[in-house]
Amino acid sequence: MQDNIFKVNEKEYILPGSRACQGCGLSIAYRFILKALRENTIVSIPPSCLCVLHGLYPSTSVIVPAINSAFASNGASASGLVAALKALNRPDMTVLALSGDGGTYDIGIQSLSGAAERNTDFIFACYDNEAYMNTGTQRSGSTPLGAVTTTTPVLTKQEHKKDFIRIMEAHNIPYIATVSPAFPIDLYDKFVKADRIKGTRYIHIDTPCPPGWGYPTKDTVKIGKMAVETCMFPLLEIEDGKLRLTGRSKTLAEKGKKPPIIEYVERQMRFRKMSIEQLNQLQAWVDRRWDDLVRRAGD
Amino acid sequence: MSDVRIITGNEAAALAVTLCEPQVLAAYPITPQTKIAELLSEYTEKGILKAEYVRVESEHSALSVLIAASTAGARTFTATCSNGLLYMHEQLHWAAGSRLPIVMCCVNRGVGAPWSIFNDQQDAMSQRDTGWIQLYCRDNQEIIDTVIQAYRIAEEVYVPVMVCYDGFILSHTMMPVEVPKGEEVKGFLPPYRPHTFLDPERPCTINPVFFPWRRENAEGVLCDGYMEMRRKLQNGLERAKGVIAETSREYAERFGRDCGGLIWTHRTEDAEFIMTGMGSIAAETTLAADLLREEGVRAGVVGIRSYRPFPKEALAQAMGGAKLIMVLEKCLSYGYEGGVASDLKAALYGTGVDAPVVGVIAGLGGRDVRIDDMLTAARESLEGLKSGQCGNRTLWLNCHGEE
Ligand SMILES: Cc1ncc(C[n+]2csc(CCOP(=O)(O)OP(=O)(O)O)c2C)c(N)n1
Ligand code: SF4
Ligand SMILES: [Mg+2]
Repeated sequence: MQDNIFKVNEKEYILPGSRACQGCGLSIAYRFILKALRENTIVSIPPSCLCVLHGLYPSTSVIVPAINSAFASNGASASGLVAALKALNRPDMTVLALSGDGGTYDIGIQSLSGAAERNTDFIFACYDNEAYMNTGTQRSGSTPLGAVTTTTPVLTKQEHKKDFIRIMEAHNIPYIATVSPAFPIDLYDKFVKADRIKGTRYIHIDTPCPPGWGYPTKDTVKIGKMAVETCMFPLLEIEDGKLRLTGRSKTLAEKGKKPPIIEYVERQMRFRKMSIEQLNQLQAWVDRRWDDLVRRAGD
Repeated sequence: MSDVRIITGNEAAALAVTLCEPQVLAAYPITPQTKIAELLSEYTEKGILKAEYVRVESEHSALSVLIAASTAGARTFTATCSNGLLYMHEQLHWAAGSRLPIVMCCVNRGVGAPWSIFNDQQDAMSQRDTGWIQLYCRDNQEIIDTVIQAYRIAEEVYVPVMVCYDGFILSHTMMPVEVPKGEEVKGFLPPYRPHTFLDPERPCTINPVFFPWRRENAEGVLCDGYMEMRRKLQNGLERAKGVIAETSREYAERFGRDCGGLIWTHRTEDAEFIMTGMGSIAAETTLAADLLREEGVRAGVVGIRSYRPFPKEALAQAMGGAKLIMVLEKCLSYGYEGGVASDLKAALYGTGVDAPVVGVIAGLGGRDVRIDDMLTAARESLEGLKSGQCGNRTLWLNCHGEE
């Protein structure tokens, strides 16, 4: 395990001038993902903010080979890369499919599920900004209860987000992890580890998004930390069915106490229309999931 | 010694694919294509075909797999039809837009709703404008020969090729077929040279967002905009006309069989009445033409092998002497007429060929297309021509209901 930032690969794979917004959580995460996976990586990209981050033809800010896929296709596109690399005898390459929450939870779920069921030898990472940001913050299957989006503008989202970790667990894949760009060393370590495992590896990244969530661009790391701190977004690993809490989440579990989500919620404009009942519902949802994770981690 | 086997169209397709040695396959079952997916599974599991076979969860994924694999430098194959082909629609555009030489068999079948598992050509017709080359086969021999040629054409012009043949009529019917030798196919088909690379030494992002206008790259070179890329795809398909004809010619020289290139003809030298169509229905019209000749009608057939690119020059030339043209087709553009009839009329416009074109919609959802019905339609139209009653109109063959 890397215990400090000085052990992280120094090389940069994203050059200055990417097309992402100021303070984009995805940009921070992507920077550390590529540092962890290094040169021999091919990225498959669905339409999303990541596609825009890569730049507009004929320039790109990213210096690893990448292929764009259709929105529903990223799991299949990665499967095609894996198959071709095998057929062409290039075993040294890592295939990374990096999709937004829309490209994972919603339109991309079929091809991801198919690829995972085939235990395709690749990393699928979902960067979760909890809405369709590229098209202007519409609701997705990952948007939390009570959030305003441009398709839940008046009443806010009425449903909880899907528990995608459990969906991926049901595929019995060798490695599942959650990470946050607010904890870049933990993120880096988990990608380094995932890179050494064979089969389908699923990594879920919480990527705060200033324009979509409604907070100042300087606060991305703070918001990311609070998501972990309030257990909205626990850090974990599941290897061969065994769940572990990691980093800050592990310490929180040991302490047996966590702050309420209100501290996280009130900093974001997307929750401005949230009712007290919704806040309580969301808190109850967080508590239930957290208790379950703590129990499983202790088993 | 030639290797002649009595096999179905689907087996012919699977054998041809095996001879072309694709490196990545992906397919999803759908009647009447399924046997190809099954046979290729068997061949790869037995090691007869050394390829990665991705057993995908949908047709959309099948083509997505091939798009990525072809971009990474692998020769690829898939097969589908009907609703499976429709489900691929987004990716058909993506494959052509990426200029990937993917080869696919489309075992033509009617599309739902309502469900029909039987043959017509509405599936491929509805994908006409996706930028794929579409070649139609007359019989099982042509399936083998066309699949092999398809790889050469696709890899020459960097445009994907759909090899279309009629479900059940060919896919499930046994016919004697000569199977070429692997060595001979290798001699005819050079290895695949990909146009892009996914190489860490030369990193690039493939198919990013394009602006409407042209933009300079980091070296100051002005690069294509979206519209230039589209024009290049169109030019690729235009260039494919020559390549399809030339590939057919060279194949004929090497293997002794000629599928005709863009079109094939039957007794057209002096023909005044010309029937035309695609695939097995066109092959059947040759019997009708022969019978009409016995009645003293100077009848002939022009078969359209390449529907896209549409061989307008070759068609105008072959139909130069026609006084009446009849298009028999198993598809239509609802609210207008059969697609082949529309395309043909547009192709003949301004060429001096001004024979009326009668469209005949036939065989939808597997409805019988009988020679007798063809002859009746032909005779009526010829009568109409004499009495000046025959304009550009559309008939429905062997179909009940209101006019
Ligand atoms: C088939 C299809 N439907 C819709 C779109 C439009 N579209 C492009 S990106 C996007 C949203 C992406 O959301 P997500 O996956 O969460 O990534 P994000 O933009 O949030 O990074 C949508 C709806 C598309 N490109 N393709
Ligand atoms: S909208 Fe959000 S996720 Fe997208 S680039 Fe901007 S900050 Fe990043
Ligand atoms: Mg999103």
